[in-house]
Amino acid sequence: MQISRSIYMRRAIFSVAASLVGVVFALPLVWFIFAPFNARAELGLAIPSPFTLSNFVTVFQNSFAMHALLNSLIQAFGGVILVGGAATLAAYALSRSSIPGKRAVTYILLLFSSVVSGSAAMVPIFLIISAIGLIDTHLAVILVFAGGLLPTAMFILRDFIDAIPKSYEESAMVAGASPIQTFFDVALPVIRPGIVVVVVWAFVNIWGSFLIPFILLRKDTLMPASVAIYSFYSEAGTPIVTLLAAYSLIYSLPVIVLYLFVNWKFGFRFFGGIKS
Amino acid sequence: MASVEFQNVSKTFGSFTAVPDISFSIADGEFVCLLGPSGCGKTTSLRMIAGLETPSGGKVLIGGKDVTYLHPKDRQISMVFQDYALYPHMNLADNIAYPLKVRGEAEDKRHARAKEVADVLKIGDLMKRLPSQISGGQQQRTSLARALVYPSQVYLFDEPLSNLDAKLRLEARGFLNHLQRDMGMTAVYVTHDQAEAMALATRIAVMDKGRIVQFAPPIEIYRRPATTFVANFVGNPPMNLVPVEAMVDGGQLRLRADGLTLTGLPLSDDIAKAAAKGKMTLGVRPEHLRMAEAGDANTITGKLFANENMGPESLVTMERADGGRVTARIFTDDEIRTDDHVTLAFDTRHVTLFDDTGARIPEIGE
Ligand SMILES: Nc1ncnc2c1ncn2[C@@H]1O[C@H](COP(=O)(O)OP(=O)(O)OP(=O)(O)O)[C@@H](O)[C@H]1O
Ligand SMILES: [Mg+2]
Repeated sequence: MQISRSIYMRRAIFSVAASLVGVVFALPLVWFIFAPFNARAELGLAIPSPFTLSNFVTVFQNSFAMHALLNSLIQAFGGVILVGGAATLAAYALSRSSIPGKRAVTYILLLFSSVVSGSAAMVPIFLIISAIGLIDTHLAVILVFAGGLLPTAMFILRDFIDAIPKSYEESAMVAGASPIQTFFDVALPVIRPGIVVVVVWAFVNIWGSFLIPFILLRKDTLMPASVAIYSFYSEAGTPIVTLLAAYSLIYSLPVIVLYLFVNWKFGFRFFGGIKS
Repeated sequence: MASVEFQNVSKTFGSFTAVPDISFSIADGEFVCLLGPSGCGKTTSLRMIAGLETPSGGKVLIGGKDVTYLHPKDRQISMVFQDYALYPHMNLADNIAYPLKVRGEAEDKRHARAKEVADVLKIGDLMKRLPSQISGGQQQRTSLARALVYPSQVYLFDEPLSNLDAKLRLEARGFLNHLQRDMGMTAVYVTHDQAEAMALATRIAVMDKGRIVQFAPPIEIYRRPATTFVANFVGNPPMNLVPVEAMVDGGQLRLRADGLTLTGLPLSDDIAKAAAKGKMTLGVRPEHLRMAEAGDANTITGKLFANENMGPESLVTMERADGGRVTARIFTDDEIRTDDHVTLAFDTRHVTLFDDTGARIPEIGE
């Protein structure tokens, strides 16, 4: 009796504590969902009354912010395609070939990548990009993101491919497939779950990044949403909470949609594997 | 179908020599088993035939043509992998038909052919399933079907049955044997199960440390093992090997060890030469030993170590005074006296002698 009661007590205390922590994390999210539909600026949590879509109407009329969403999509898709494609090919080669020192290559790249995407490298990156004449283009943003994300993407994918038995590809080659056929028919589909993880990770990274596009772009027509979101600040620098909340909700939708789509289409699996 | 030949083939991985120097030739239509302990280079040799591994030296010929540096896809071979290597994203139909797909066969034609082969292997009604949705035995047959779906010069098998349970293994073994008789295929089959090799092979290559110790038909390997290594590897249980002192006595060979005397063995020049060194190894198969009866001259005695009843027969193992063990296969009809001491008798006709280096001494008149 005594023992079971103390276990019961412990569980109860744990549940209460866990719920409290959960609530602390959930509150901002609840605010994030409610606030856009509230006509009054409110930092506290309140059920919107009256319930209104007027914030969204105002946001939709802000053509700069709307166009920025399109720019974000262009830059994120461009970056993701570059990172996904290049990382797959590079990781496959690094995993399957017998180049001496191939491990060192990945680690050195990984080391440098933290420099490239870090703010310390912003000045040299700006100078390089302007020397190539790419300042104020989507391509500049895409290239810099790809450079920063590629090593980590390669690292994740190489590990993933290393765990996949070579005999898949070997059996295809013995069956008469050329190296290209082997890659597209057999290797790529087996690696796909790993690529999906990398692509989603890269997308989220680019989508949320502020500093790189802010530095490399000038024209309003090229700015992504992460920068445009500052147009919902007043001249004095205070946020217009109602509009900011509405725009944030729209801004976060593509990431949620991507996640749902990928989860439905591929599932987030992180294994290769042969027979059980 | 085609012949396969290795000419002084070697393979090193970094500083490790997996295969020092192998030469053999396999005729068109032969079913050869590579038999040997783990790590002796069986898979490496097979992969060099397939082109998945490039030899460090020597030549590989298929059908008389030098293919040493030819890409696997151009060798017209089939291979069944130990882990089956079924493509997890393709259903069975696509898996089996894949070799036809890369050969440019139209979809309906290749699926029809795949179904044909699958039906023979009794997996025809699983064609829409993914490899993860079928049993181990069915996966094994799928991988076999994929190897058989197109005409090949040589069929390569790397322990294809090792993941199956005993019953399925026997069934698959029988099927492979039937297939060999049916198609007369050239096959190289890697195994470390001597029973499988005996049952399937037209010739067995027994390998040890990257070398071929003996390359002969199963019955020859069984009757006349070239060395004590081969003798110890083949047979179930393998041949008993007893180190003995040898001497020539009145024109006859006389062998002695703890608990054992053997006299009256006929002498030849080879035997006399080996006996002159004083040491030999006596080999006798468990099936050639029986419980001794009064009056038996050539016997071996020791303490009973184990008595395993296998149904129609029993395996009786005794431990001799020097710790060496000898196993006999006794038909259970014979009364087995399982008291402390066991005395076994053997027939001198079924004795194999090895010299002090472990090489078999040729029999008289051989
Ligand atoms: N890629 C490799 N790198 C280094 N050593 C290797 C490589 N492949 C095989 N070896 C070594 O070569 C030797 C022969 O290997 P192999 O796979 O041919 O053995 P096997 O006879 O097939 O053994 P098993 O019955 O266990 O499959 C082994 O000692 C193994 O460790
Ligand atoms: Mg092997």
